[in-house]
Amino acid sequence: MMRSRKMRMGLSDRIFYICPTAAAVAALIMVLYPMYFIVIASFSNSTMVNQGMVTLIPRGINFYGYRKILERSDLWLGYRNTLFYTVVGTMLNLAVTLPAAYVLAQKKFKARRVVMTIFVITMYFGGGMVPTYMLVKSLHLTNSILTMIIMGAVSVYNVIIARTFFESSIPTELQEAAELDGCSHFRYFTSIVLPLSKAVISVITLYYAVGHWNDFFTALLYLNKDEYQPLQTILRNILISNQAMAGTTGAGEGSCAQQFADQIKFAVIIVSTVPVLCIYPFIQKYFEKGVMIGAVKG
Amino acid sequence: MARKMISAFRKDWQLWVMIAPALIYIIIFCYGPMYGIQLAFRKYDFSKGLTGGDWVGFKYFIQYFTSPMFWPTLRNTFVISFFSLICGFPAPILLALIVNALKQKKLKRVVQTAVYMPYFISTVVMVAILQILLSPSKGVLSGLLKNMHLVSQSTNLLGTPGAFVPVYVLSGIWQSAGWNSIIFIAALSSVDGQLYDAAKIDGADRWHQVMHVEIPALLPTIVILLIMNMGRILSVGFEKVFLMQNNLNLSVSEVISTYVFNVGVTSGQFSFGSAVGLFNTVVNFVFLLIVNKISKKAADISLM
Repeated sequence: MMRSRKMRMGLSDRIFYICPTAAAVAALIMVLYPMYFIVIASFSNSTMVNQGMVTLIPRGINFYGYRKILERSDLWLGYRNTLFYTVVGTMLNLAVTLPAAYVLAQKKFKARRVVMTIFVITMYFGGGMVPTYMLVKSLHLTNSILTMIIMGAVSVYNVIIARTFFESSIPTELQEAAELDGCSHFRYFTSIVLPLSKAVISVITLYYAVGHWNDFFTALLYLNKDEYQPLQTILRNILISNQAMAGTTGAGEGSCAQQFADQIKFAVIIVSTVPVLCIYPFIQKYFEKGVMIGAVKG
Repeated sequence: MARKMISAFRKDWQLWVMIAPALIYIIIFCYGPMYGIQLAFRKYDFSKGLTGGDWVGFKYFIQYFTSPMFWPTLRNTFVISFFSLICGFPAPILLALIVNALKQKKLKRVVQTAVYMPYFISTVVMVAILQILLSPSKGVLSGLLKNMHLVSQSTNLLGTPGAFVPVYVLSGIWQSAGWNSIIFIAALSSVDGQLYDAAKIDGADRWHQVMHVEIPALLPTIVILLIMNMGRILSVGFEKVFLMQNNLNLSVSEVISTYVFNVGVTSGQFSFGSAVGLFNTVVNFVFLLIVNKISKKAADISLM
């Protein structure tokens, strides 16, 4: 009697261990296969891709798509602009966010609650697209590089993540000792707090940097000039508005051009997305922590 | 009182310096537009500046409520976010339970790294991938679905209005279920091991442990996230809908935010656009408050 019950439980448990593994492998395939397909399609013969012959291994290997995008000056201009917006914008983000989070973590700071409330309200209520647009316009910030860097300078969500980290992971004894030694807030922040906060700094750096890299909305709303356009705008032109063969298409070569257009698109997707995908696994262990503290306390 | 404030400021001046940039940014770029909301109640006049136009009350709201675009935009926004919530909310929870049940550390790691990946793909690229994979003539995914007879041979998944919401929602799950599962995985990993042991002694198999240990452990997180999501029930991410829009699916894909962009920014009806946007914000806010109140009463969990 006892034995049979034990065996039954064992079986159900065993099923329960097989099921998640199978489900996890299925999820893995569903997530990875589309990306794998884009990679192999980017250097396979486009006719074979279109006929559904390229599924697991690349066929008719050629690098036409990649060769072609080397000639696209607009893509590289967008790349350069985005690199600039991302680097400078993220530096500004950090320079504004981290000190603010430090201050809001100070229990002795009298205005802490008021300032925090002012910040948090903006997470749930805002002026909306048109008033924001009108404001930026009246500040003469449209068609300016500055807009791409300033807009979104502070994300309250990231301030909360950093503040929670400062509160929970940096011992208060340190600050008390520093105060006794006559250490100012500036000094304490730069020489004690920041070096101890590599984890949270890498998390919010990643959030901000990915945000800048993938930002399409700001440019759509505030930028007209071609020479300032970020990568995502150029990608939209090439990928979605179908200008992959812009400038090289003659009237007669319609379908042929369209064929190569797809290969160019695959290559463009790879070239524009790989930088981001290469960075995040290194910071993964930190951002798991970051999401946790941000969401629980927010 | 004033002296007390001055002395407090003197003591804390360094802190004020450190918070000033963020505070100034928030006041200008978040509270500035809130002040600019009055645009919705005024007739915008270029010569009189942003808030100098004549007061017209609720004229632009009535104009929106009585316009033929009111129901379609409201319905489309609601339908898209409703299905995103209903289908998209359980997915990360399920994924977290699966990941948590994996025994092999290595597989667990690989699965986690892989499922986070799509989250980092930009919206532009995401929509482009959809267009390529679902292209009616040569898309790999649409071909597969047709071979499996899940969709009819003649369906254009990018242009059929009926396909817009499923494509939007499912691709959204593909892109963000992994990322959204992080918080649930973290909550599961903080479950006290003794609870599992106690459950085992009571004769609970793995399935019962999920139902009686893991789900209850996730519940507070689930409720909080549900409240926050309800506060966004009428805010559909602008970018993805905007990029997925085409002339064939406009009847289901014109949502409030894209409508605001079209009338408010592109065609320059600033007051009308502000009014539509404000309507959207207020509905969201009211939803948030109601759900927050309900959950406070029912489960004693709330945001504020």
